[in-house]
Amino acid sequence: MDTVIKDTEKHFFSKHKKGADLKGNFFIGITQVAVLLIIAVLFIILGIIIYQGREKFSWEFISSFPTDGMTKGGILPAIIGTFILVIVMSIAAVPFGTITAIYLTEYAKEDSKFAAAVRFSVRTLAVVPSIIFGLFGLGFFIQFVGGGVDNVFNGGELHWGQPNILWASLTMSLLTLPVIIVSVEEALKTIPRELREASFALGATKWQTLKKVVLPGSISGIMTGTILAVSRGAGEVAPILFTGAAYYLATLPGSLSDQFMNLGYHIYIMSTQSSDVEKTMPIQFATTLVLLILTLSLNLVAVVIRSRIRRRAR
Amino acid sequence: MKDIKIQVNDLSLYYGEKKALKEISMQIPANKVTALIGPSGCGKSTFLRCINRMNDLIPSVSITGQMLVEGVDIYDKNVDVVNIRKKIGMVFQKSNPFPKSIYENVAYGPRINGIKSKRELDEIVETSLRQAAIWDELKDRLDDSALGLSGGQQQRLCIARTLAVSPDIILMDEPASALDPISTSKIEELVHQLKEKYTIIIVTHNMQQAARTSDYTAFFYLGELIEMGKTNTIFTKPEQKQTEDYITGRFG
Repeated sequence: MDTVIKDTEKHFFSKHKKGADLKGNFFIGITQVAVLLIIAVLFIILGIIIYQGREKFSWEFISSFPTDGMTKGGILPAIIGTFILVIVMSIAAVPFGTITAIYLTEYAKEDSKFAAAVRFSVRTLAVVPSIIFGLFGLGFFIQFVGGGVDNVFNGGELHWGQPNILWASLTMSLLTLPVIIVSVEEALKTIPRELREASFALGATKWQTLKKVVLPGSISGIMTGTILAVSRGAGEVAPILFTGAAYYLATLPGSLSDQFMNLGYHIYIMSTQSSDVEKTMPIQFATTLVLLILTLSLNLVAVVIRSRIRRRAR
Repeated sequence: MKDIKIQVNDLSLYYGEKKALKEISMQIPANKVTALIGPSGCGKSTFLRCINRMNDLIPSVSITGQMLVEGVDIYDKNVDVVNIRKKIGMVFQKSNPFPKSIYENVAYGPRINGIKSKRELDEIVETSLRQAAIWDELKDRLDDSALGLSGGQQQRLCIARTLAVSPDIILMDEPASALDPISTSKIEELVHQLKEKYTIIIVTHNMQQAARTSDYTAFFYLGELIEMGKTNTIFTKPEQKQTEDYITGRFG
């Protein structure tokens, strides 16, 4: 009896054929190399930027204006400009994106052709190259809208028909809209049907249910979308290239019709237009470091919130 | 049957082309417990959800026939579905408290009805929880999240939440099917107490439960109402062979 059991044990637990093992190990090896490569690339980029930027990176650097043709001084106006840009962008994009997502998940009928068209547009918008948004902003916001406003209200005198924070922010908000819509949609879908039914069964209208049950449950999703959009908006340069970013400004912007400096654009300028490359280089790395810290920490917050939503959804 | 609360005339329900309820006609008495029994998929839950128009939420559903509640056809064009659901409360199979405090769960219905005064809300919350026989357990933790309660407590909280909008009729869709025996008996006791003030219609899988809690029983099979009568009669001397087969456990 004992031997019989031992035989079966041997049969079940004996090793697989060698060939299969080799193939399996080879595949595991490839995946490990791929993972290591990605991590290595990330660490090399981060390492170089931190190493090269650490020297200039200081409180003084982020709190003072650039001087001497950007070979000395700090990047305060670029930081402030970036902040204003993402704030105005969020004010425009978050409500608009949230409302679109609410329409798509809550109000559109499942077989609605219009909703399908909206979804298709959102997906297409997400893959449009960012420079196209820049050109669109120039043509639509600055020349058409801004120019039109000037013609009607300012007798053709140029005021709104030129690059400024408002047009740059609106252009950027178009770019980030898909991010917000998708995040909010995802969050709205995690609200279980049972909760909606509970609300309806108590005599709540659709709007009351939305306001008191669905939206409060989706706040974290709306926040994730906003943060991801902000982080994207803070890093993109192409959309603001023609619509409002300035090479150098001696003062901070005072109104929405002013131009502004921007971290990403500042890096671009320093790497292409510097009068003294040797002196600009450390500043450029430190600026990159600031931008990276900004976008990475925003993304980290978004990831944390999103993982909380996912856990709740399960 | 003296007081008829709900009169159903030739009610049929379709999911798209598929006929899920076939010419149901029945009378549901006031201030009694009516149990709807039958094997899975027989249409008893679907029928229950017709009574407060919960099926409106499913786009493919169409309904013919009449559902008269106190003489008013609730599927009439002039009837406001929101008012129907305030008058006809519903307790679901899976307890579904809102992710809010215990207090806010019960106050939800009154609030959407426009009650703002804190004193009034306090009063409604207390009476509702008392009626649901859960006040003593919860009175010291009204601000705690409802999600921290046990399954049985959550379900009684959901009943309290339903009572807070002061309905006439309470629909219960297998309210104890996910609960342990002790919680189940509490819910059954509650049903017994509530029928003094409310008309209760309860869907159940559990025939002992139907026998214990209900005054009338309706047996559904394949979308049809086979037989309805006093619970005693249905369980001892059913008229139809199918009913007898089902309650004696020969199928289902």
